[in-house]
Amino acid sequence: MDEATIEVRDLRVVRGGHEVLHGVSVSVPGGVITGLLGPSGCGKTTLMRAIVGVQRIASGEVRVLGAPAGSRGLRARVGYVTQAPAVYGDLTVAENLRYFARVLGAAQEAVGRTVGVVGLAGFEKRLVRELSGGELARVSLATALLNDPELLILDEPTVGLDPVLRESLWGTFRELAHAGATLVVSSHVMDEARRCDRLMLMRDGALIADDTPAQILAATGAKDMEGAFLALVGSSERDEVRAT
Amino acid sequence: MNVAIAAATGRRVLTQLRHDPRTLALLLVVPVVLMLLMKTVFWNQDGVFQRVGPPLLGIFPLTSMFLVTSVAMLRERTSGTLERLLSMPLAKVDLLLGYALAFGAVAVVQTVIVSMVAFALLDLNIEGPIVALVPLATLNALLGMAMGLFVSAFAATEFQAVQFMPAFLLPQFLLSGLLTPRSAMLRGLELLSDVLPMTYAYDALARVAAGDGLETRLGLDIGLLALGTVASLALGAATLRRRTA
Repeated sequence: MDEATIEVRDLRVVRGGHEVLHGVSVSVPGGVITGLLGPSGCGKTTLMRAIVGVQRIASGEVRVLGAPAGSRGLRARVGYVTQAPAVYGDLTVAENLRYFARVLGAAQEAVGRTVGVVGLAGFEKRLVRELSGGELARVSLATALLNDPELLILDEPTVGLDPVLRESLWGTFRELAHAGATLVVSSHVMDEARRCDRLMLMRDGALIADDTPAQILAATGAKDMEGAFLALVGSSERDEVRAT
Repeated sequence: MNVAIAAATGRRVLTQLRHDPRTLALLLVVPVVLMLLMKTVFWNQDGVFQRVGPPLLGIFPLTSMFLVTSVAMLRERTSGTLERLLSMPLAKVDLLLGYALAFGAVAVVQTVIVSMVAFALLDLNIEGPIVALVPLATLNALLGMAMGLFVSAFAATEFQAVQFMPAFLLPQFLLSGLLTPRSAMLRGLELLSDVLPMTYAYDALARVAAGDGLETRLGLDIGLLALGTVASLALGAATLRRRTA
């Protein structure tokens, strides 16, 4: 079998003296949308940072597209959108995108295209610091789409967006996956789970499920993901009690 | 190293400045006003103005680029743009070179303006070639930039970054030899000033003003100044981490 797009083995991360990921192992298949769900503070962002290769890790191994995470050759192939928009507030939308396009080695035509994809056509000349939170998040997202990366790591990309726009962005994610890209999308909103091909459910720095949404629902007998999550948490806590 | 990325970074930094016309105006106008003030403060002691004026032409860009870079780089760190850039195919040297291009260009404009005012309107006179002051002042600006980059790693907020200016530059300024000759200082201070880069910035500027040639101590000064800049840049580059906790 081919190596999975993302292969995480026994990943441990310590931040500020606390272990925040306790030996996570998971493989993420290519060409699909994988949702990373869990309450805020459960380690989603840390796991994503480790996959991108910007997180210092205590032990374990993370391989992405066949290479160690964060290695030089991956930097143009992996796109990462942080939860807080990482763009220049004192530049316009177009100036931001033109700069990042140069850094990524993308054609300047990509600027106009990605502005359309994130629904910001007409905003090109607006200063980024004057945009609303949702608009800001979309500029940050557009930055990662400039060079059509093979793997996109999106940390809560739809937070604070109106439902129409959220729908349209998920449509975009679906198109990108159809075109062969692999997406990992985190969310703390359980109802976004139904839009994903696969799900990783996290709690307290550990993975509690990794399967298709249908399988997770079937295995827990829950009628929605919220219920499935509660059922999984309940069973993992029973395991802990049994283990002690 | 990728020249296209470095050039794009330089253009981006200049565009940011262009969107902040007040900062740009302060960068260009404040040195002129201070030079004017020096002239009038020492109205009846022109000898002092003639001695202090030329070194200031280099100390101004050094100080302002230190401040601008430390705040700009702190913003890159806190806004997440630095982490984003470092997760992209950008070499650290591209980023540093981009900043050097942008702030170097501003320093040239700054120096040319304040030099024109000083030499044409305020009767400042030097023995050496006036044009030599522009590259020297630019080197001063790059030293300021390199030190600003380094200290930005130790500032968590813009308040702290601004406080590094008096903490980091003022002692170097006091010990540089401008206020009193270094040989007249306590031996300990003189030895300390030997390892501070601003000492050589001041000495080089004073020697150009005195008409010294490159074959004198001036050549060594410029070499040490360049070395101090490269060393500060290397220290600054070491604070740009692709992986963080």
